[in-house]
Amino acid sequence: MSLISTLARLEAVSTGRAQPAATVRHRHLGDRPLVFVPLITAGEAGAPLGALVGTDRDAPRLLVVPQPRDRDLRFAFLADLADVVLPYVDAYAEVVEAAERTETDPETGKRVKVEVDLCADAPQLIVPSRAGIDLVRLLGRSMRFRRTAEQDPEAPYPAPPRVPLLGRWLTHFGERARVPGSSLLLAMTDVLGRHWATGQSSLEDQHLGALLAWIDPPEGMTGAEAALKAELERDAQGQLTCPPAGPATDPAFDNKLLAPAIERYDRARTALAAAEDGLEADERLGALTSAEQEIRDLVHSRTRPTWDAVWRGLDLLRELPEGAHVEERWTRDRWSFTGHRDRVLAGEPPQPRRDDAVTAANKLATREREQARLEAQEALDDPLVMAGRRLAGEAFAGEVTDVVMAYSDGKRPSPRPLVTVRTDDRPHLGERTKVYRSLGGKPQSAEFVADEEDGACVVLRILDKMGRGKEPEPGSVPEKGDRVCFTLFEHEQRGGAKLPDPEETPWTHGGPPGEATLEAADPVTEEDVL
Amino acid sequence: MTTVFDPSAAAAQATDAILHDTLHGTARGVVVDSPPGAGKSTLVVRAALELAEAGHPLMVVAQTNAQVDDLVLRLAEKNPELPVGRLHSNDADPYDKALDGLENVRKSAKAADLAGQAVVISTAAKWAHVKVDEPWRHAIVDEAYQMRSDALLAVAGLFERALFVGDPGQLDPFAIVGSEQWAGLSYDPSASAVTTLLAHNPDLPQHRLPVSWRLPASAAPLVSDAFYPYTPFRSGTGHGDRGLSFAVPSDGSGPDRVIDEAAASGWGLLELPARHTPRTDPEAVRAVATVVRRMLDRGGAATSERSPDPSPLTADRIAVGTAHRDQAAAVRAALADLGVTEVVVDTANRLQGREYDVTVVLHPLSGRPDATAFHLETGRLCVLASRHRHACVVVCRAGVTDLLDDYPSTEPVQLGTVVKFPDGWEANHAVLAHLAEHRVAWRP
Repeated sequence: MSLISTLARLEAVSTGRAQPAATVRHRHLGDRPLVFVPLITAGEAGAPLGALVGTDRDAPRLLVVPQPRDRDLRFAFLADLADVVLPYVDAYAEVVEAAERTETDPETGKRVKVEVDLCADAPQLIVPSRAGIDLVRLLGRSMRFRRTAEQDPEAPYPAPPRVPLLGRWLTHFGERARVPGSSLLLAMTDVLGRHWATGQSSLEDQHLGALLAWIDPPEGMTGAEAALKAELERDAQGQLTCPPAGPATDPAFDNKLLAPAIERYDRARTALAAAEDGLEADERLGALTSAEQEIRDLVHSRTRPTWDAVWRGLDLLRELPEGAHVEERWTRDRWSFTGHRDRVLAGEPPQPRRDDAVTAANKLATREREQARLEAQEALDDPLVMAGRRLAGEAFAGEVTDVVMAYSDGKRPSPRPLVTVRTDDRPHLGERTKVYRSLGGKPQSAEFVADEEDGACVVLRILDKMGRGKEPEPGSVPEKGDRVCFTLFEHEQRGGAKLPDPEETPWTHGGPPGEATLEAADPVTEEDVL
Repeated sequence: MTTVFDPSAAAAQATDAILHDTLHGTARGVVVDSPPGAGKSTLVVRAALELAEAGHPLMVVAQTNAQVDDLVLRLAEKNPELPVGRLHSNDADPYDKALDGLENVRKSAKAADLAGQAVVISTAAKWAHVKVDEPWRHAIVDEAYQMRSDALLAVAGLFERALFVGDPGQLDPFAIVGSEQWAGLSYDPSASAVTTLLAHNPDLPQHRLPVSWRLPASAAPLVSDAFYPYTPFRSGTGHGDRGLSFAVPSDGSGPDRVIDEAAASGWGLLELPARHTPRTDPEAVRAVATVVRRMLDRGGAATSERSPDPSPLTADRIAVGTAHRDQAAAVRAALADLGVTEVVVDTANRLQGREYDVTVVLHPLSGRPDATAFHLETGRLCVLASRHRHACVVVCRAGVTDLLDDYPSTEPVQLGTVVKFPDGWEANHAVLAHLAEHRVAWRP
């Protein structure tokens, strides 16, 4: 944890309110995000119990699996989910704009510009917490290899149409969420935690109710009191008044309310199956429907508070102005969305279970580049984030006290002015350390020459962005009295080296992976058909 | 009956076997594990010269520009006639200016300009941008345990066979983003190059250099036991071969007493009272600086097998090691306050591969309320405890053993990954148990 976030947390404790950790919003928020509040069944990984999902905060769609161990009901839930998510995704896939992309020409091997479609906007999925992102991945993993009856008439348990496609999309969302700074799939607790520092640990910040209690405590309460209440307060029946944001449920709810309700449902179902005539069946169907309704009400009662909390979080985040570089990062999300749309349209198989060596290395390289880019951009967009970097000795701000013109050696001397900056910061500068400042959105580099007055003044030599002439272009060199901010980290990331194609994987990494085969769904086990 | 261990003969035997496999073996790769200061660079230089003399064009992959420049200088020193190519980046000052004075070293940012040189040397990052029609017959990959698997993936297409040399006990390579997704895969891109190489080619010949020439007889057993329990090594020198003495007698203070303890036994622990502190613990930082200042003031002299006369312990023969960069910066500032500017102060990552007469180490767990995986990492402590030829002084808050016992490792278990032994917990206990015998308690 950086010094500034430690200080912010201490301040949150002493003031009883979360402190801002950012002055702008560092993540993109779409106009119409799809909020997804899922619940799972205790003791069975990936067995959904229900969910609230939708784009309208006043009219969420409630999906429930009354008997989570029943495969057919589970598939029905996933099919219903597909009916909500896929039309939402498709709406964004259809609207495109023209864009340019550099591609390698397969014939000449040269890099050429080609005109391609880029989706004008992209869908955005919001889940309450990080565990929700894991569940999105798990659902994607469990669905994308399934076969529908149409794809494979022999499949023992054919999936409803569109369920495998939902699996591919959820997998894409889940995978994209691993890219630093991406906003295609966001966990509300992560985004709020990025923008506010609470007086509790980052583990406790994973409780959405407690996190919101710190950020926006009710009248007359401190954040700590409100957070404690959110975590622990139970009603007369022993149920949490602020249910956990899921997907896991509170054991007291499971034991006291959910298990008996499911048992009643099971009994009603058995009774219906045993009905001997139409009249009896009608009666028992009524009992089954009311048992199902009871479970629906229970699931609704545990998801609705979280649903409202997610929207409240969105309201709080929308109050912050968007950071300057957010749009640029969102454009990369749009590229990622468009790319997957094209793969689906081209009939490519679902994402493989495991990445091959080259794909894994490429993904890691991309994410490392995005992480460095994100850290630089957040600091450039937000003085509060920059303050943290300054405090850590990775940047410094101050006033220019002197500018001395100097020139480089060589046949055509170029300007290399020496600029003295008075600063209260203590940057970790070493001999010829490179530093950068933003000049009209582009980084201008300088190198450290000396410090004066015991570190209170830093002398820098400006190295570039001054034009081609002997005299620097106007405005390209700081002037006496200017306020400047230099960073020790680079503002833009260089692209890494190109890795070999997967079919040219070298012997050190096991050689080429071989032909891509259509992966089969997981074999059905006894546990699957309880 | 006991046989007398002859370090030179043991080392020579190992080297011969390695060179034989490299020059005449049939395997596509040869892996050499080298403990700290076991003559890894000497081996790389020798293998490069022998391959070049046998007429095999050779590419050498190192990890940092400093390592590359160092290798070029060593090669030129051994054989000034050898045509060496130094492939460098397009940045300003891409290589050490000392290379300009070498007649047979050609420098270029383009691989094509260096075609025909007997040996071409560059960093893995630069090699990754090189395209060739015909791969090199031979390559040497230096510091292969510091190289990430994805970096090897980018360059492995450039050579047919290679000698991989490195120290398995040093810091593992790391990624700045999570890579749990690939944990357990044989080609996990964040794993070390050697891990991936051996996972796919388990039959490659593996060798080990058995003798550390750097570590004194007082340090080799501890470092070997604590960090290389299954691949032990010995020191090349005996207990009487090295000595450290000071002209100015001790003033009785903690720093002076710990200096004397380290001079006599090779190890010293300056223990400050237990306390939870920020990373840049001002008292501990000041203690480190004071120890360094006193070492310089007291006129140290080091005798070793290298020369009959004692050589003065000057500032360039002392280094300070820390876990974090801000700690290094704080120590530098404290040293500057005491008028010391020449002493190298750096993090474990940057001290890898370096050698000094005396090191002063700020213990990674000193003053911490928790023991995270970063601070427990075996390689970090191993690097810090194995840079010295004579003595090592560790500055630490009391209570680290309790901290280790209070915080068992809680890292998630990943299926399919190779579990590294010893773990940081075990290694830290082993080192602390040994240091306890050389403890000087001090209240600053």
